[in-house]
Amino acid sequence: MRRSISIIILLLVCCFCLALRIGQSLDNSSQAKAREGNLMELLLGDSRRLIGDYLFTKADVYFHSGFYVSQFEHPEHQEGSGHMAGETEEEHGEHEHETEASKPRDWVEAFGRKFYPSTHTHLDEGGPGKNAEDVGEILPWLKMSAELDPTRIETYTVAAYWLGLRLHKPKEAEQFLREGLRANPGNPSILFELSRLAINNDKDVVRGRNLLELALRRWNEQEATKKEPNTFLLEEIYAHLAEVEVATGDYTKAIQHFTELKKLSPHPEMIEKQILELQQKQKT
Amino acid sequence: MITRIKAIAGITIKELYRRKDFYVLFIFTVLIALVFASMNFFHDDRIVRYLKEITLLLIWIASLAIAISTSARPMPAEKESRTIFPLLAKPITRSEFILGKFFGVWFACGIALLVFYGFLAVLTGTREHTWELLNYFQAASLHWAMLGIVIAFVLFGSLIFAAPSSNGTISFILTAGILLLARHLNSVALTLPEPSRSIIYALYYLVPHLEFFDVRDLLVHNWPLIAWSVWGMALVYAVFYASIFLISASLCFRRKALI
Repeated sequence: MRRSISIIILLLVCCFCLALRIGQSLDNSSQAKAREGNLMELLLGDSRRLIGDYLFTKADVYFHSGFYVSQFEHPEHQEGSGHMAGETEEEHGEHEHETEASKPRDWVEAFGRKFYPSTHTHLDEGGPGKNAEDVGEILPWLKMSAELDPTRIETYTVAAYWLGLRLHKPKEAEQFLREGLRANPGNPSILFELSRLAINNDKDVVRGRNLLELALRRWNEQEATKKEPNTFLLEEIYAHLAEVEVATGDYTKAIQHFTELKKLSPHPEMIEKQILELQQKQKT
Repeated sequence: MITRIKAIAGITIKELYRRKDFYVLFIFTVLIALVFASMNFFHDDRIVRYLKEITLLLIWIASLAIAISTSARPMPAEKESRTIFPLLAKPITRSEFILGKFFGVWFACGIALLVFYGFLAVLTGTREHTWELLNYFQAASLHWAMLGIVIAFVLFGSLIFAAPSSNGTISFILTAGILLLARHLNSVALTLPEPSRSIIYALYYLVPHLEFFDVRDLLVHNWPLIAWSVWGMALVYAVFYASIFLISASLCFRRKALI
């Protein structure tokens, strides 16, 4: 009996020593790994990006109240984040509405459509419940998507758009954008969204202009060298900079920004008209 | 006949509520749902749809696990413990025996669903401050009807497959496959050359479309009620398929040697 107890105690002591040893080595390796990424990255590896993408798509499905175009039906017409990202109908195109109007091919399909959402609606317009406030339902998926894939910029900008401009939660929007900025230092898209919040919600034009100028510098550093740079973002930065300068009365700078915008815009004649108007104002 | 079926069903229900499967799965579902319910997204307390979706997914997985595991086991267990012989020695036909087993498992699943959906209604109702009881009733009843088809199929499988484990695995894969893919078989068929196109299209019409009974998206996104006539037709569809599997099981059991 005594012998067995001694063996058990010895084994417990061995376990304790081993646990200390393993604990220390695990701690060392986790400290080393922490430099490379967080716990989620360690656990899931690159698959977290796939899950992040899936959750972002889920947010889009929620924006359409469960209506989505199946991969089997129209692989070329997969839902983008267009509507969810605040695009207009013209920008988004007409393909989704085509798929909505498609006739069921047989009675099984026709009957089956009664058991899942088969009508195209938007949550910001109220969705099936006719309550525009329901658009907040997309946010959990965006938050979870950002946690899994912090490098996906669209997640932060889309969430900030709805939080700041539609749900009147500018503080939360700014906090989320700053999280995105920490994960993606100096990203021009996030800086641009921060500037929009500063101008529209805080009415802080000076901070907004500083952020826009920073976004422009970062765009030149990060995007200009790319094969296909995001010129739409550059257009938006110039357009907002010009608007800010007009609002503060600095027409010379505004004309400079409009001139840059004219080179990028699909409607240069409209920009030219605005430049002429500003030049007129300058003279008077 | 009804008395005999009721007696066997009663025994089956008693057997099932003595088992721990349901309790474990229910506690597991409640815990996960409560963890998700405690999450706060951007200080907005009205956000609830993600919670409905996750809880409903857990309910579907749990209910399928309960239905398949409980309906795959009784027949082989009765044979193994040899309790089937005194049962069949009584004035009871083999078809009545199958029907008794079916109704026993199906009613037990119905009780489990009642508890699951009751929990879901309370969890989401306290957050949404609306009680859409008719929507929950439609969703739960269609879910229960779908389980009827699955249970009938698994009972039929338990007479064909050698072990309950193989029957359970095959049934689970087939059910999941039908739920995920059956709706799209016609689209897939159209992209294929003949004769694959005709074979896939025939399969599309033959398989029981379990996805008809999956109205989770409508419930999650607060869509209006399904027309009651459509709901009724779905139930008739379920009765039709469950009957096919039960008749097949009866025919198979009648010709099967028990020793």
